[in-house]
Amino acid sequence: MSETVEKKDPARDEWYAVGISADLRPGEARETILVGEPIDIRREPGGAVIVSKSDGRACPVRERYGHVWTSIGAPDHDLFAIPEADQEGRVLVDVGAVRVRCSPLRAVENFLDIAHFPYVHTDILGAEPQTEVVPYKVHVEEAGDEVWATKVKFFQPQAAKSAEGGIVTDYKYRVPAPTTAILYKTCPPRPGEWDVITIFVQPIAEDLCDVWPWMALFDEDNSLAELIHFQQMIFLQDRSILENQVPKLLPLDPKMEIPTRADMTSVAYRRWLKRRGMTYGAQTAAA
Amino acid sequence: MLKLYDYVLSGSAYKARLMMAILGAPYEAVPVDFYPGNEHRQPDFLDLNPAGTLPVLVDGDLVLTDSAAILTYLAGKHDPPGTWLPAGDPARLAQVVQWLAFSQSLTATAGAARLHDMINRPLDVEAARAGAHRAFRELERHLTAQAFDGNAFLVADQPTIADIACFPYVALSPDGGIAHDDYPAIRGWLDAVKRLPGFIEMPGIHALHEVRETEPGVVAMAAEAG
Ligand SMILES: N[C@@H](CCC(=O)N[C@@H](CS)C(=O)NCC(=O)O)C(=O)O
Ligand SMILES: [Fe+2]
Repeated sequence: MSETVEKKDPARDEWYAVGISADLRPGEARETILVGEPIDIRREPGGAVIVSKSDGRACPVRERYGHVWTSIGAPDHDLFAIPEADQEGRVLVDVGAVRVRCSPLRAVENFLDIAHFPYVHTDILGAEPQTEVVPYKVHVEEAGDEVWATKVKFFQPQAAKSAEGGIVTDYKYRVPAPTTAILYKTCPPRPGEWDVITIFVQPIAEDLCDVWPWMALFDEDNSLAELIHFQQMIFLQDRSILENQVPKLLPLDPKMEIPTRADMTSVAYRRWLKRRGMTYGAQTAAA
Repeated sequence: MLKLYDYVLSGSAYKARLMMAILGAPYEAVPVDFYPGNEHRQPDFLDLNPAGTLPVLVDGDLVLTDSAAILTYLAGKHDPPGTWLPAGDPARLAQVVQWLAFSQSLTATAGAARLHDMINRPLDVEAARAGAHRAFRELERHLTAQAFDGNAFLVADQPTIADIACFPYVALSPDGGIAHDDYPAIRGWLDAVKRLPGFIEMPGIHALHEVRETEPGVVAMAAEAG
């Protein structure tokens, strides 16, 4: 069999979550589409997960953070680390895929933007008139080439399922891969620790994605069903907004940037994507 | 105390939540991990409701597993004037029952298309959308006639459980790729339901907002950022 050498493509050479590990029992299979390519995911009776393309070629596989991860290209790096995933005492919550008719990059950008809370998650993650986002810090961490936003503070009426009443929540945001966003937020029952809430976005097409939210929380009071419902309620509020964004693709053309009003993290994220050449789901030239 | 086996994204469970909110009936919610956990298909839940569907309302020994039955019970018990379920007026009552039956076709078409688009449920989605549009045209025609007579709701001149039963999957249909653009009478009726005292939202169904005075830049930013 002759190996065709494929051109490097940042969208293909990346890891993506494509299923919940626990939902794939031995002998079971599921089909999905990743960056436009149909793939087949199955768990061997022995427990190993095999991902293959329609021509039978095998894709690399990892099982981490509750999900099956794969790539249709050849990633030159391993899956990013989320050290909190292994921390004692956290509940790990698989929330399930929500399909959204939007660019995968838009899904990430919306997740990073705190200014939408009072308008989209009214009386839960934000409330009028406390809509001000105080300036915070954004940087690109050289070592891992990740976008970070730190020292974000926001008033929230019900910050988490475990929050009783309004509190000022501290946030940190981290983008370890183009379609993964992680937020760290004050953890009401455990001061000093951070709750971890992520979205793993599986690009299906440039304007269609499955979003797999996942959480690693300190919460002893709520059932898994309650935690899942809370996160699904939040994410479905985002879905209505995401499906109506114009333009559909994320503008990366410098002429289309709106630097004055757009959120700082979003500006850093867009620049970082452009530098990496990650244009799948992006609009690179003014239409 | 009433106990509702509930799922936050279920339009059918929302019928019960909305009715209880409007009637001011207190209840205890039992969240069921419908998705991704499929808890409604596990033995414990099937013991309660062999059909494996949500919502389920429990009141003492009474177990109700159908949203129309739940609305009937709630209105019978928590609406002393009896306007939500006009039991004393055979013609009105029969029309209410007719729209309750109709509401099932909304669940099967618009509701199914939404689950397909939202959580990737296998379905012939084009057939479901076509079915939803047929049901919407029927509803549109009726609501147009009602509006002509000066009535805002489905039956006679008052809101009934028929409106609560039909409202969710019509309101949520854009989540399943079914727009409201061609249905002006339906849009007016959705707004009328939203104006009912005690109305509550669910993800995908937004309350009507009075137009607020806001700084123009803030609105622009919210729109840009989502
Ligand atoms: N007869 C039921 C049907 C409601 C219904 O279809 N519920 C959905 C959730 S919204 C369900 O439980 N479906 C079961 C399934 O899809 O597995 C009612 O109206 O109460
Ligand atoms: Fe959001």
